[in-house]
Amino acid sequence: MRTQRCKGFGDLNAQEMTRFRSVEAAFQETARGYGYSEVRTPTLEYLHLFTSAGTLTSGMLKRVYSFLDWDGWSGERVVLKPDATIPAARLYIEQLADKGQPARLSYVTNTFVFDAAGGKNRERWQCGAELIGAGSAPADAELINLACDSLKRMGIGHYSLRLSHAGLIRAVLSGLGLSAAEQHAAFNRLLDGDKTVFAGLTAQIPGVAEALKLMLETRGRSVGFLKNLQSLFDDSAPDMKSAFTDFIATIELVEAAGLDYEIDFTAGKGFEYYTGFIFRLFASDVNVGGGGRYDRLVGMMGGADTSAAGFGLYIDRLSALVNIDRLYIPVAQRVSMDIEPSAMKAGMEVADILRRLEFVVLTAFCGNVAADCGWDVKVRAGEPQLSVTNLATGETCICQNSMELATIVGLG
Amino acid sequence: MNLRVALPKGRLLAPTAALLDKAGWGLEDYSEKARLYRLKSHIYPELTAKMFQEKDIPIQVAIGNYDMGVCGLDWLAEYTARFPSTELCLLRELGYGEGAVYAAAPPGLIADGVITTSGENVRIASEYPNLAESLALALRLRRFSIYPVWGAADAYPPENAEIVLLSRRSEAEIASAGLVSLGMLKTARACLIVNRKSLSKKDLSPLLDSLKGTAAAGDSSADIFNLTALAQRKRTLSEGDASVVRLALPDGHQQAHVRKILDAAGVMIEEYPSTTGVRRPKSSLEGFAITVIRPQDMPLQVAAGNFDLAITGRDWLTDHHYQFPGSPVKELLDLKYGRVRIVAVVANEVLADTTAELSDLRQREGGACRIAAEYVNIADYYARTNRLGAYRIVPTWGATEAYIPEDADVLVENTETGSTIARHNLKIIETLFESTACIIGSTRESQSAVKTTRIDAFVELMRRTMDVMG
Repeated sequence: MRTQRCKGFGDLNAQEMTRFRSVEAAFQETARGYGYSEVRTPTLEYLHLFTSAGTLTSGMLKRVYSFLDWDGWSGERVVLKPDATIPAARLYIEQLADKGQPARLSYVTNTFVFDAAGGKNRERWQCGAELIGAGSAPADAELINLACDSLKRMGIGHYSLRLSHAGLIRAVLSGLGLSAAEQHAAFNRLLDGDKTVFAGLTAQIPGVAEALKLMLETRGRSVGFLKNLQSLFDDSAPDMKSAFTDFIATIELVEAAGLDYEIDFTAGKGFEYYTGFIFRLFASDVNVGGGGRYDRLVGMMGGADTSAAGFGLYIDRLSALVNIDRLYIPVAQRVSMDIEPSAMKAGMEVADILRRLEFVVLTAFCGNVAADCGWDVKVRAGEPQLSVTNLATGETCICQNSMELATIVGLG
Repeated sequence: MNLRVALPKGRLLAPTAALLDKAGWGLEDYSEKARLYRLKSHIYPELTAKMFQEKDIPIQVAIGNYDMGVCGLDWLAEYTARFPSTELCLLRELGYGEGAVYAAAPPGLIADGVITTSGENVRIASEYPNLAESLALALRLRRFSIYPVWGAADAYPPENAEIVLLSRRSEAEIASAGLVSLGMLKTARACLIVNRKSLSKKDLSPLLDSLKGTAAAGDSSADIFNLTALAQRKRTLSEGDASVVRLALPDGHQQAHVRKILDAAGVMIEEYPSTTGVRRPKSSLEGFAITVIRPQDMPLQVAAGNFDLAITGRDWLTDHHYQFPGSPVKELLDLKYGRVRIVAVVANEVLADTTAELSDLRQREGGACRIAAEYVNIADYYARTNRLGAYRIVPTWGATEAYIPEDADVLVENTETGSTIARHNLKIIETLFESTACIIGSTRESQSAVKTTRIDAFVELMRRTMDVMG
């Protein structure tokens, strides 16, 4: 029987891994520059970490990979982590909450969500950053800048930034007279991308229908748009007023940073733990990342109430967009080395010198020159001990020692 | 073209037989008195049918062993709750089969959107573990434990479960079990199910046409459960609770054996076995609370700390240990009755007389090996450690010997004498181990010295009794 991949999971071949590492490295370098420290959380977590009311949507929870561990006789299930932020928040509560400083955490991780179609997307990779313990507009702006700078460092110059605000949407829903449960359900459906929720509501409450329609169907491109909306809604409710103030402060900073953006209230992601700004990034019409503020999550998970925000960049999608030509090692940098067994020590010395000079040195098996190499080096016990052939020109040189050989190869 | 249909035993047999008779399928042997599980039609020569436990039918149709099947909507829902992208789909409701799956809780446990628990987790016991998990997620329970049980779920609350999912004919039956219904989760009416690939590739129309006009108006969406999130609150255990030894005794055919031993030990016990379904019999054992549950479910219950002692079989203890190698459950005393061998079985025609030969054969022939078993963890361990290559465990709820050859290649089964196996043209290729009834307990230290003394005294009493009984 032919060995088969698990349905819904994919390999990353050498070229795909090069792309993956390119995205990962660009993100990590950018995050380091912003003072973010890399962490890693386990693949398995307890299911209850994700079932706390208000963490993941019911739709998402139905698709988690849950099972009983080898010591799961209590009947409590574990999951392959379906989300990266919640484990990072758990790590913060367990290890960092008592430090009294904002925690800047970054990670590269996989998450697992069942997808019935069974493509290759049941395992997803993302780069993520979480800023826990800081709750101001500058914190929001820092994360948005970090995400955008990461894309730039990946070589993705053309992207769009769409911003929304969960607190403002909730305040609007609350103003429509929805009960907490209805509000929750409507918000879940909205975050799952179901715009019909609003169609129903506007029919019920015609007084605010126009304002809601404008809010949802217009893409704003300035702080002025938010101020206009604020005028249309009755912002006497404290939640509404504070949400507008919060969102305007964030947008002002984004604008001041010179970033292009759109205000798009329907921009959501399948999570319900957001409380403040939400952003999504698109490149070539593909959603390549997003995040937002989740000020209640740490408290809901048993920690002290803590402001927090974060984002994820989707490596699987970004990998397809990055240019990796610069990462290919040219043939002239690749050396095939044929070492006679009795000359192994000398051969290893030569290989070591070349590798230090950042050449790729491949062993020639059975005397066959390794593929895609620009140089063929032979190391023998008898004379001549060292020889090198430039495979592009066919020219062969006899070398007196390793350094001479390295110089010839190094100078091309 | 061969058409294969899986038909139910049990509660749906008589109305299904009547329906198929009316539809003219010609399955005359399909009756309560059927001696063979395999059925042939004298009207449709291409039709073969087989009788299964109702809950086995969705699995059999989903994996493609059968093109169509008849089962309750509850078992269809239980299967699809776990495997939403299954090849299994509902063709039509059949309009008969009483009852539904209800969620229920002890009176007073849920009030004002808060459920009171005795531990960190809300414990849900059910024969429908997948529906139970869906319910827990829908109720947004923060922490929960699902106890899959083979039966007697109503025996668990309030001490050993906060919520149960039960199949009952009406809410009145829930009330008569001393529970409060939280609502109906799924109707248990009969339905016709089909494998999607069969539907797309085979001509099933003669059978489907014959059923035209027989289906009653169904309402499979009658899930009237009003789901609102439940908060959790942990209650404090009293000292009195902590010293009581919770003893699980088996229901079913083991009861007579256990009663004999208890009588010999001088333990008075009322209504065990019970003709009225009493699940908490009174006894002369001071400081003991006895509950009667299925022996299959006992190891997990002891491991989870819901019971301190239980009388079960070593087969079920071993199955539990293969699933949970670090489990704190251990055998305390061999009761030496109910001796069976747990064996691996293949058809007589298979060219293998040992597991090693079977392993070689599987490697030569390739393809996935289907292993049917009630003991799914023993079967899994057996296949894994003996390198049977690609294999699938087909869980069954009885009558496993009828699975070979069409629905399974190997069985992991228990046998007393081997005669049933031989009668089905099967052969034993390995005896995995011998099993007898035993008392099991936990290696975890009890918080109560009084309880520990009571446990030790009970086991010692049973040991002395066994010595006297020889």
